[in-house]
Amino acid sequence: MLDGERGHIVRIGRTGPRGIRQRLLDMGITRGAEVLVVRRAPMGDPIEVVVKNYHLALREQEAALIEVEPVVP
Amino acid sequence: MIGRGGMGPVRRRRRGGGARDGAPAPDGARGAAPLIALAGNPNAGKTSLFNALTGSVQQVSNYPGVTVECKEGTLRAGDRPYTVVDLPGTYSLTAYSQEEAVARDFLLNHPPGVIVNVVDATNLERNLYFTVQLLETRTPVIIALNMVDLAESRGIRVDHTALSKMLGVPVIPTVGSRGTGVEALAEACAGVIEGTHPVMPTQVRYGHVVDEEVDGLAETLGGLLPADARRAALWFAVKLLESDEPVSAEVARLAGPRAAELEAAIAAAVARMERHYDDDAATIVAERRYGVAAGAARQCVHITPQSRRDTTEKIDAVVCNRAAGPVILVGVVAALFFWVFKLSDEWAWIPWPGGWTSPTGVVEGCFEALSGLLDGLRPGWPMLHSLLDAALVKGVGGVLGFVPLIFFMFLFIAALEDSGYIARVAFILDRLLRVFGLQGKSIIALIVSGGLGAGGCAVPGVMATRTLREEKDRIITMLVAPFMNCGAKMPVYAVLIAAFFPDRRMPLMLLLWGLSWVVALCAAWVLRRTVLRGEQTPFVMELPPYHLPVPRGVLLHTAERTWLYIRKAGTVILAINILLWAVMYFPRPPANADGTAPSPSEAVAHSFAGRAGRALEPVTAAAGFDWRVNIALIGGFAAKEVVIGAMATVYAMEEDAEDADASLSARLRGAPGWTPLRAFAMMLFVMLYAPCVTTIAVIRRETGTWKWPLFATVYATTIAFILAAAVFQGGRLLGLG
Repeated sequence: MLDGERGHIVRIGRTGPRGIRQRLLDMGITRGAEVLVVRRAPMGDPIEVVVKNYHLALREQEAALIEVEPVVP
Repeated sequence: MIGRGGMGPVRRRRRGGGARDGAPAPDGARGAAPLIALAGNPNAGKTSLFNALTGSVQQVSNYPGVTVECKEGTLRAGDRPYTVVDLPGTYSLTAYSQEEAVARDFLLNHPPGVIVNVVDATNLERNLYFTVQLLETRTPVIIALNMVDLAESRGIRVDHTALSKMLGVPVIPTVGSRGTGVEALAEACAGVIEGTHPVMPTQVRYGHVVDEEVDGLAETLGGLLPADARRAALWFAVKLLESDEPVSAEVARLAGPRAAELEAAIAAAVARMERHYDDDAATIVAERRYGVAAGAARQCVHITPQSRRDTTEKIDAVVCNRAAGPVILVGVVAALFFWVFKLSDEWAWIPWPGGWTSPTGVVEGCFEALSGLLDGLRPGWPMLHSLLDAALVKGVGGVLGFVPLIFFMFLFIAALEDSGYIARVAFILDRLLRVFGLQGKSIIALIVSGGLGAGGCAVPGVMATRTLREEKDRIITMLVAPFMNCGAKMPVYAVLIAAFFPDRRMPLMLLLWGLSWVVALCAAWVLRRTVLRGEQTPFVMELPPYHLPVPRGVLLHTAERTWLYIRKAGTVILAINILLWAVMYFPRPPANADGTAPSPSEAVAHSFAGRAGRALEPVTAAAGFDWRVNIALIGGFAAKEVVIGAMATVYAMEEDAEDADASLSARLRGAPGWTPLRAFAMMLFVMLYAPCVTTIAVIRRETGTWKWPLFATVYATTIAFILAAAVFQGGRLLGLG
């Protein structure tokens, strides 16, 4: 996804280190929630997103676990 | 022990004291006041609410079974005192980082009389996710609906009466930074604890399939668990369905011989749930909880749509911008240098009749005057004079002279932390730090340790690594944090710079700052590829909204850290100075053959310390250190503040009568063997060598083993010596010696 794009979370992938999935859930990355990509850090990573009305920073690697369906404006 | 133990009696443990004590005190022990715990998401304003509830009298305490200090204060409501504990912020009771584990263990092992759940009104849904988990534990909860002013300014109005009805717990609107609603909150807490207003939290329901499994599992548990754990059966059941590791282990232990039977029951329940929803059980439970939270938020929040972009977004558009972000970051570091060295240390720029003395100068002046008063003792009691003057006045005075500088530095950092900017620093630098095997959040530990280049302290720095989840990330951060320029190194730099680089103070401080980072990052890079090899770990971090720092909170925080520095000067450092004085004073040399007393320099050379310093000289000469410097550096293993005190003692003891009043800087400049090159090698060595004993003790506590503190001592000293020797020898080759 590019800066400024929105999407609905479809699912969270099961790969990746243990605990990260639970962490993403605890931070509000749940199915159906809307995410908005705000910007990337000056060196391209991490990514800042808005989910459930607050700002969250996560690396590309974690963001790759989150499957989204783009919202067409 | 998990469950509701009524009022958890608290036993306090002295700082740094002994082994971990897992067993809670028996319920009969009623020495302590009833306990109120503040819990909630990070950035929900817990600390400012805590400050408003308890006033300025706070202390840091250890709790049995919890490896961490929690801040503690006293609240008086009615005519009774209550103990209020400020727990680390946490997003979930499924602990992710070390810090969250502290909050979770505390709540489960020492159930308080009441939990005050601080909820950010501007971010209700995610905050209520944690509330739902608190309700699951069936502990009395009061919700402090905080920052309602901010929410209203953003067009968010929360109907707290409706929320209270839905959750079955009192909801009190508050503004922690201004103290609004704090009295009502205190009354509500007292009401719950005294039993006049009992709380019955609503039973959390998750929808039909999950509810059935939870209830079924709870029933099975009821038959398996001992009576005192049965009350929490529902909570256990939910956590088991989530495959929460610590709870699964605990339940297996409680179930004893029937653990296998239980395991089968859990597996069957999980399988049924997963089949029904086609997703894994932990996700289903989390989503149901969010369902409850979102439902409550929907019904209680009234939003007036606003078109204007909020302030935080406007600031971030600049501060996190690709081009402007890094420039601003450098600007903030420069501002800190300017603030600490120009504004708060050199006050000569303030127009004042007759000139202005800096706060550091004032403190130094006091100690010089004290030294002058002691002169009367010299003829009659030379030994007492030597002890008081060298160990007390020069040693401790040298350290206390830096209190103003350290206070202003901590003030700046505390304000930055409170404003929310530090999280952006982590965001901007994460990618860069990752190259070196660190991560964005390591920056907080490094900044607190002195990473902004003008003093800090590795002790809170090492403790700040608790926000890192992965053990290897934590240990690497802990091992490199002591390289930062902490406040204790400032006196050494100040004296040597004043003596040998009087006109280049700022460039030298910048150089030392840059070098500390280069060494720290390179060390992290090497550690990540050798002793601490491993996967890079996830980085998931909230970027909290900016807010103006709350002056009261910032001042309290600053005063607390500064006080630690002062206390160290009065205790550890004083004791080491006295010890050092003794090994430098004894044994006294015999009188010369012609009957005259030996000269002071002969006396020091003859002492234990002098002999040790000389014994090391063949090695340390490579870095340009003679036996006098060695004495100071050995003392510095205990605390770097000691280095200057010890040098002062050596040179003061050696002094001849005519330069008795000269400052250490002036004396060094005139002393044989001292060159700018040697001074620089020494600054480099002091910057890098072994962390002080307090830091060592904290690393030991945080890692739970002696391996890492010992490793830190050896590797840091080795690096320091190699670099100092390289600089000294290289400089000499270039003819700088």
